[in-house]
Parts: sequence; structure tokens; C-alpha cells
Amino acid sequence: MSYTVLVFVKQVPDTQNITGDAMTPEGTVNRAALPAIFNPEDLNALELALQLKDRYGVRVVVGTMGPPSAAEVLRNSLFRGADECVLLTDRAFAGADTLATSYALSCCAKKIGKFDLILCGRQAIDGDTAQVGPQLAEKLHIPQICYVEEVLELTPEKVVARRAIEGGYEVLESPLPALMTVVEGNDPRPMAGHRIMKYKRAKTPSEVLKAQGDSNYVDSEAVASVVEDLRGKGLLIEEWTAEYVGADKSRIGLAGSPTKVKNIMSVVLTASEAKAVEPTDAGITGLIHELISDHTLG
Amino acid sequence: MANFFKDNPDLQFSLEHLDLSEAVALREDNYRDAEKYEGAPVDFQDALDNYRRVLDVIGEICGDRIDPRSRTVDREGPHFENNTVTYHPLTQKNLEDLRRADVMGVMLPHRYGGLNFPVSIYTMLTEMVSRADASLQNLFGLQDIAETICEFGNEEQRQQYLPRFATGEFDGSMDLTEPDFGSDLQSVRLRAWQDEKTGQWYLNGMKRFITNGCAKVHLVLARSEEGTSDGRGLSMFICEAGPKLVVRRIEDKLGIHGVATCELQYNDVPAQLCGKRRFGLIKYVMSLMNGARVAISAQALGIAEAAYREARKYASEREQFKKSIDRFPAIYDMLSSMKVKITAARALLYETTRAVDLRNGYNHLVERGENVTPEDRAAQKYYNRVAAVLTPMCKALATETANQVAYDSIQIHGGTGFMRDFNAERYYRDARITNIYEGTTQLQVVAAIGGVLQRDNDKRLAELMALPFTGKLLRLKEVIAGHHARLLDAVKFVSEKKDPEYHDLMARSLVEMETYVFVGMLLLRDALKCDKRLPIAERYVLDSVPEFQKRYMRVMSNDTVLIDNHRDIIDY
Repeated sequence: MSYTVLVFVKQVPDTQNITGDAMTPEGTVNRAALPAIFNPEDLNALELALQLKDRYGVRVVVGTMGPPSAAEVLRNSLFRGADECVLLTDRAFAGADTLATSYALSCCAKKIGKFDLILCGRQAIDGDTAQVGPQLAEKLHIPQICYVEEVLELTPEKVVARRAIEGGYEVLESPLPALMTVVEGNDPRPMAGHRIMKYKRAKTPSEVLKAQGDSNYVDSEAVASVVEDLRGKGLLIEEWTAEYVGADKSRIGLAGSPTKVKNIMSVVLTASEAKAVEPTDAGITGLIHELISDHTLG
Repeated sequence: MANFFKDNPDLQFSLEHLDLSEAVALREDNYRDAEKYEGAPVDFQDALDNYRRVLDVIGEICGDRIDPRSRTVDREGPHFENNTVTYHPLTQKNLEDLRRADVMGVMLPHRYGGLNFPVSIYTMLTEMVSRADASLQNLFGLQDIAETICEFGNEEQRQQYLPRFATGEFDGSMDLTEPDFGSDLQSVRLRAWQDEKTGQWYLNGMKRFITNGCAKVHLVLARSEEGTSDGRGLSMFICEAGPKLVVRRIEDKLGIHGVATCELQYNDVPAQLCGKRRFGLIKYVMSLMNGARVAISAQALGIAEAAYREARKYASEREQFKKSIDRFPAIYDMLSSMKVKITAARALLYETTRAVDLRNGYNHLVERGENVTPEDRAAQKYYNRVAAVLTPMCKALATETANQVAYDSIQIHGGTGFMRDFNAERYYRDARITNIYEGTTQLQVVAAIGGVLQRDNDKRLAELMALPFTGKLLRLKEVIAGHHARLLDAVKFVSEKKDPEYHDLMARSLVEMETYVFVGMLLLRDALKCDKRLPIAERYVLDSVPEFQKRYMRVMSNDTVLIDNHRDIIDY
């Protein structure tokens, strides 16, 4: 039995290593100033998939939605052990909130067709919503297990996984196909030398086009032949458009996103001293009174 | 988020300016390997890109994973019970990370699953691993054993062992030293005997101070020729761990705690002959040790780099008399001197590895024997000589530098550096073995002095001196040219004196004078490529003036009194 595991990943600005110009004067994230990295918990999802590959020989397909430059995280996945990659890229996808994103990814998953598991990182470090994974499961009408730390068993009928819960863990069983979101904890494997040397040549069709140089004169036959050559060697990173995956234009990108960002505030924590509150009824009552009197509550 | 490659401009400079194009073309069979092996480079730029990428990955593993684990590994070390060594769980994690990154067969050819990288790049990896955890290098660096099997074993042995070394499934050890013979390896006694009926070899005897003696695969130096007592009666054998090969104990050491140093007992262990009989020491082990000397130079440099960074950080944060201590002349003098010494050692290290790579490349070309030109043979001969003199010079410089830098690092920390809560004392302990094993500094001098007296570096020196220096660089070059002239005087003086005892007594001074001249020119060459390196080159050359002069005066003094009266001094 050969399984197929889809891993959806995201390229994000590195919000863990913030420098001075991380925010624009308008209060939005200054993406140009922050290096683009592989979303950390998506690396944990990929690692889990690769462990399943080690144990069960699953085929690992990594997908991402993003601009053409997001091909970088896909190559990174290939360097670590992924088998195939898909880049969902189209101007129409731009500006998507979690609803539009999960819809687009659901179209992508349907286009891929047969799969046994979908793995996502718990959440991305730029939005911190943790919504895309669960929404994707809902759209595909498949069961979901969130906060997964480890897969204990995979059979043709079911997956048994351990997930983190407050103060402990829980072991759940689900029929296949299923979606799991993965938390940090497994040690993502490093990129491997041999795979780097091979897959650094992996390209998307638009990268092939760009490498042709002169934008005024594009030899489309040459591009097509390079693309076919890459495909033959297993080095082509597929690019799928909204139309190709059959996405409804009104449900993707800015148009499909009911979430409107009203304002982003740069919060600088200035409190210099901490205050201890006794874990007693008297202590709690005292704190609540204090919060009401300074209008933090009520 | 630490990356030991990206945070080290000197190492990156070394990679970008070390012209490896000739060596890599030889190694990749003029890039014909690209047609046969997936991922093999198609040209030099492609190869360089591979090196950069892998250095980046390992730099991150070293900075983010191995370095944070190193203190615990040092404190707790491996576990030994019932003749079994179990490495610390964090050491096992380190090895797993390196294995997964495919760097356990860095130099092995593509056909055995290796990366086929040159020694120069392997050395850069070694340096970073050692900076993170010096003791881990003793396990990572055992790739030299696979290299030796690749070089001297037969095809069957290569097929049997190399692919599994490349995946990290096999680890190795080189079993040379015995309780009574260390530096004097030609007297090794461990007996190899052959069953006359089956032709099977067996090993019987003891080995001591064996790094990773608990390895799966051992290369053993043993006496195969009964009745002999010198190096020509020794052969090299491959054997595997098993019930007949007993780890009797592991040593309790001053440093490199993470790796087990074992005493081994061979109770008729079945073994295979590697290479030809009687060539064990004179050819194979000498080659193995020369490789290991380069690796230990890199280990020393890695420790020095770590010790320097710790000192620099501490000196910039520690305030006394209302300012950070790195503002005081006594401290910035030490910090500058440490930095200059490290840069000098690195320049010599990669000049050495480049010569080693070219030597290996031409050796293989000539051995294969297809279309070998007289120029190829001349190049082979030349690089063999150059690598033979630079390797011991480099090991002496890098390992003594590491000790000085680690010592000064504690000094800059003051009392804090004496405490085990800080890393400085660990670097000091770890550095201490580097100028001892794989041949003490005193033995490196013995290995280098021949090439110094025969002026094997003069061709390279002439090339370096012919570079288009102007202004300050030209003036500094004149200083070195003056040293070079006096070095030739000193060489002539010692050679013509024909007194073996005086020759041996002055050898270290001569080798160090050679080092000041040669490394000075390397640093001027680098300053010509990058303005920011000029202050370092200048400092090195100016600091070398009194040092050079001291040694020159000693050699030219004709002072033989110590030869006559050293017992009176020692025995008083």
C-alpha cells in the first residue's frame, strides 16, 4: 500500500528575529526588511511526513500558495526529502485571508486527487491564526486532528496520532483521509548534501522563463523544452493557477476575504516591574477590583 | 539562529579566494562525472555553489544545534560499562544531524555515495564542527579512515565499506599507538598472523589511546613480518568490532570529553590485509596521519575561533573603572593579537589544503596513467613536496596558536574564566591535546625541517613576492623580503655546519622563521584582495619582526653550550 501525504507549507517573514525596521510607518509589516523563511511549524509538519516516509514509504507532496518567490520553500522541502512540489501561484490569490486561503488550498488538494493525509503546521508566525488547517479539513469534509506531536500508527484504514493538550496528551484515531496540524517538538531534519546538489536545479516554469533573460524576446520553444527536460528529470516544480485548479474567482484572493485589517499596532511593552498576586480568593478578588477601578474591566 | 559559516567573514573569504578550480577539475574528472552521477557539478562555479550551500547548512547545524549541546556533552561524556561504550545522547543527536545532512562521506567519490568534495572544503566543515564541539570533531574527522580504505584498499574492500561510511552507518578508528610506542610507531608490536591453510589473518595484542576505539571498523597497524623490529615489518589491516576485540577501559582525560579514548585488546581478531604487506607504516599510515594532521589543524583553529569570540564578547560587556575592558590597551592588545594569530593560522591552513588537494589530484591522474604529460608529472612531484612541508608547518602553527588563544581567552575573562560556568576553561582544556596527538609540535618540526632546508617553499614565495604590491603593502613586503634573505643565511649556516645535534636543536627556530615569512606573504596577498585585511596583515608582519630576529640570532649564535652542559642544568 502506498500512501500519499500532502504537506501545505508557507513562506513567511521572519518575525522571530525582528530588526528595527520591521514595521512600515503606516503600521503594516515591512516584508522587504524581514528575510523570508520556512514557517517553523510547517517544518515540523514536513518532518512528520518525512518520518512517515521513513517508516511506511509514503509519497510526500509539498504544496504552498504564494508569489513565484515561494518556490524557495519548496526547494527547501526537496532538500530535506520531499518527493514532489506544487506552487499555487496567481495574482488572483493575492491578499487572501484564512477563508480564501483554505478554499484555494482545498481546490489544490482536489486537483492532486488521491491523498491519505494532509499535514499543516499548527500556525504561521506572521498571522498566528491557526485557522487554515482546520478550515481546509472542513472544506474537504474530512476529519481533523490538531496539535499533533507524533503519529503512532498508519494503516490503510486509519491513523493513530498523539496530540498535545493542556497538561498532557491525548491519543486519537481517525479514518483516512484526514488532516492533522502539527506542533513544534519533533526535530526537523537538516537539508541533505546530496539532495541539495540534485534539487538546487529544480525550477518552476516561471523561473525557467526568467532565466531566459531578455524579456523582449522570449524563445517559448526553448522554454518549453527546458521545462520538459526538468519534468523528465523530476526537477520541475509545478505551478498551478486559480483557473487550473478550478477555483471560483469570487472565493479567492482579496475578493474572497471577508477579513479586513483595520489597523496594525506596534506594541512596545514598557512595564518595568512585575506584580505578584497570591493564588487565593482574596488575591483574585483584590486583582479584579483593581482592574475594575482602572477601567481595564467593565 | 547562529550560523558558524555566515558569521565568519574570514572563513567565507577563504572559500571565495581559495582558487580550487584546478584541484576540483582533477577531482571531478574534468566534470565528466556530471554525466554519470546525479548532483555532480557541471563546472567549477557549480561546484563552488555546492560547497557554499553545504557549508551554510552545516554552519547552521553547528551554531543552532551542536554548540548549545556542547557544555553538557563535556560535563557528562560517554558512558562505559561491561566493555561497552555508549555515547552521550546529545553526541548521538549531533552525529544524527551530521549524518542526515550527508556529511559523513564528504571526500568519498560519487560512486561510493560520497559528496566528492575536496579536502579544503572538508577542512572548513571540520573547523566549524570543532568550534561548536571540539570532541565531536574526533568522530566527524574519522572520515579519514574511509579515505585511507578508498586510497589503498582493493575494490572489494571499497565496495564493502565505503558506501556504509558515506551513509554514516559505519564509524571508524585508527589503531596505531601501543602502551610502549607512540611517537616511535616503527616499533609497534601488535602481531598479525596468517592461518596457512585458509590465508585468514588474525590480530593479537594491545593498543592504547585509541580515539573512538569502540568503532565498528578499525584500521590497525600490526607486525605481519615475524622477526622484524622496524617499520618495514608493519602492515595495515582492516577489522571489525566483535567479541574478540575487547574495549578494556576508556581514559579519563583533561579535554575532548565527548569522545571515548579506548584501550583495546585483540584476541585473535579476524582481519583483512589493506594494501600491500610491509607498506603499513611507511606508506599508508604516513598518508593517514598527514590527512589527520590537516584535520587536527582545523580542530585547533575551530577551538581558537570559539575561544576568541568568547573573550571578545566578554571584554565588550565587562565593565571595570566605568568602561568596558576592551577599551584598555592591555586587553585590546591581547584581542588583536589573538585575532591576527587566528587569521594567520587560517591563511596557512587553506594554503596547505589547496596544496593537498592538488597533490591528491595529480597523484590520481598519474596513477590512472591516461594521457599523462611531463607537466602533470612535474606538478605531481611539486605538490607532493609542498604538501609535505606545509602540513607539519600548519599543524605546528594552528595547534600552538589554539593553545595561546585559549590561554589568553581565560586571561581576559579574569577569575570568571577560571570557573566552569563559562566556556573559556573548556576551550583551554580541549586545545591542549591538539599540539600533542597526530604528532607533537616537536615532531612536526622534524617533519618540516627537511623541506625548509631544501627550500621547498621558495617557488611559491617567489610567486607571492611578485604580486603587484604598492604603498604600505610594498613596504611590508620589503620587510618580509629582508627576513627571507636572513632565513636563507640561517639555512646555509646550519646546513654547512653539518652538526646533527645543532641541526636538531635549531630546527624549531628555523621552521618558525619559515612560517613567519611564508604566512606573512599569504596575509599580504589577501590584503591585496581586500582592504579590510590590511591592518591584520600589517600587524602580523610588524609583530613578526622581533620574533623573527630572536630566532635568527639564536640560530646564528653558534651557541653549542647547551649540547655540552644540558645534563648539568637538568640534573642540578
